[in-house]
Amino acid sequence: MNKQDRKLKSILDDCKSVAMVGVSANVVRPSYFVGRYLSLKGYQVHPVNPVYAGQNLFGGMTCGSIEELAATGQEIHMVDIFRRSSEAGDVVDQAIEHLLDRGLKAIWMQIGVTDPKAAKRAKKAGLRVVMDRCPKIEYQRLTGELSIGGFNSGVISSKLR
Amino acid sequence: MAAEYGFDTLQIHAGANPDPATGARQVPIYQNTAYVFRDADHAAALFNLQELGYIYSRLTNPTVAALQERVAALEGGVGAVACSSGHAAQIMALFPLMMPGANFVTSNRLYGGSVTQFAQTFKRFGWEARFVDFEDTSAIRKNIDENTKAIFCESIANPGGYITDLDKIGKIADKAKLPLIVDNTSATPYLCRPFEHGATQVVHSTTKYLSGNGTSMGGIVVDSGNFDWTASGKHPSMIEPEPAYHGLKFHETFGPLAYTFHGIAIGLRDLGMTAAPMNAFQTLLGIETLSLRMEKHVANAKKVAKYLQGHKAVEYVSYAGLSDNPYARRAKKYTPKGAGALFTFGVKGGYDACVKVVDNVEIFSHVANLGDTRSLIIHSASTTHRQLTDEQRVAAGAGPEVVRVSIGIEDPNDLIADLDQALTKATAKSKRKKK
Repeated sequence: MNKQDRKLKSILDDCKSVAMVGVSANVVRPSYFVGRYLSLKGYQVHPVNPVYAGQNLFGGMTCGSIEELAATGQEIHMVDIFRRSSEAGDVVDQAIEHLLDRGLKAIWMQIGVTDPKAAKRAKKAGLRVVMDRCPKIEYQRLTGELSIGGFNSGVISSKLR
Repeated sequence: MAAEYGFDTLQIHAGANPDPATGARQVPIYQNTAYVFRDADHAAALFNLQELGYIYSRLTNPTVAALQERVAALEGGVGAVACSSGHAAQIMALFPLMMPGANFVTSNRLYGGSVTQFAQTFKRFGWEARFVDFEDTSAIRKNIDENTKAIFCESIANPGGYITDLDKIGKIADKAKLPLIVDNTSATPYLCRPFEHGATQVVHSTTKYLSGNGTSMGGIVVDSGNFDWTASGKHPSMIEPEPAYHGLKFHETFGPLAYTFHGIAIGLRDLGMTAAPMNAFQTLLGIETLSLRMEKHVANAKKVAKYLQGHKAVEYVSYAGLSDNPYARRAKKYTPKGAGALFTFGVKGGYDACVKVVDNVEIFSHVANLGDTRSLIIHSASTTHRQLTDEQRVAAGAGPEVVRVSIGIEDPNDLIADLDQALTKATAKSKRKKK
């Protein structure tokens, strides 16, 4: 496994409690796919979206904001951002402000979401950062599930899984 | 995606981690049609594309999946969709991009079967193929309009002797925000890597060099994952809500994996041009020795081409691996390990002499195929390019005096001797009857 894949795998292994910012309850939205999948694979999903505040999504109570989520006192390992690149920086800053002492380890920006300046701030605060990737897809790739669809997983192994 | 491993490692290992169910080291042949679901929720999730799993072999099959991943890895792409033949792969590659009234600009230097498929049968879908001499870049640009959805060419063009200037074509495609589909059959990813030169999709007839043994029909479409469907805006099937999946938008949901997902979820599902597991297995076996075979193919082709150049019955040899070929320099750039093993030569005595050559070879097999370990020969004008007009044939490099050979990996001395005796017989002056 190469360095980049080892980094991704370690984040996916370490961060079992995930705040999904901008998640949707609409079954055809990409964020729904991710929320459902992560929950299925044993991750604790904490939806953050004022539109669905108070609703139970993917086994977690939806909060209206990161501040509200922090107030629940739960441990949050990763913030998964489903917002436009222009809004990602604000999410990162809120995460740094409210979740560092809730056990935050990583920031993950979805496909098409990048903010290098915000990434720098997050790294300075001691967080690992992934941009323009989907945790569901990376999980599927690294565990061999993506290979089912004929995707180039980049993983070569002669070990029995 | 840059490969971390060498080509020789990928050709054996990519897509083929040990079978999790049994520990089987070699890829098993999953000669199976349907698959049991965990439960109803799992079934629904698979049908909604929320999870990846096996539903029905028309869409996915573990043996076929291994082939898909292997070819994707060798080409440096993100994913691949295997299908029943190279012709099927061409339809599958264009299917997400085209619609009635749309057109695509294609090189006129193509396999004869592709010319017929594009010029005749595609009309029935309402797709228009615009054939252009790809040496004339202004002609390519002139033929692109608001209904153009793709550009198509071959890397090493069938019947041989021509290499497409991929970088140049790639730049035109990029500027026009169009995908560039390259048929890399005659080269294979060992000799040419179109994604490194601006291609966005690659197609193969896996029937040929990839399998290498002439046992199994197959085709494959590989996606680079590099084309920005949203920025282009020309392909609604990639960016608009898909009614068959409750309004899911492929590019938005799957990012660089979108085109491959579409190929499975819509292409294979609805057109059903599925690769057979046994054929995928045979092809996987062949690919394990791809680099070794291609080295030998190229070494033999060079020897035979050089020999023919000096033969008194041969008018000319059209092979980009010969230093005096007009595309020799291009070959060094795009196919540095060799310009393939497919080439043509002109026989003195024209059409009739060609027929005699083909009828007299003993080791060369007279078949309509290429890319086999066995050397093959054919008179293109009367066969593979028969359905074309005289003009189309000449443009494709398959005029009446042209014989095409696909040089195999036999002992080259035997190949040379075989061609010599056939050429001699074909061009011998008829003996006068003794009185």
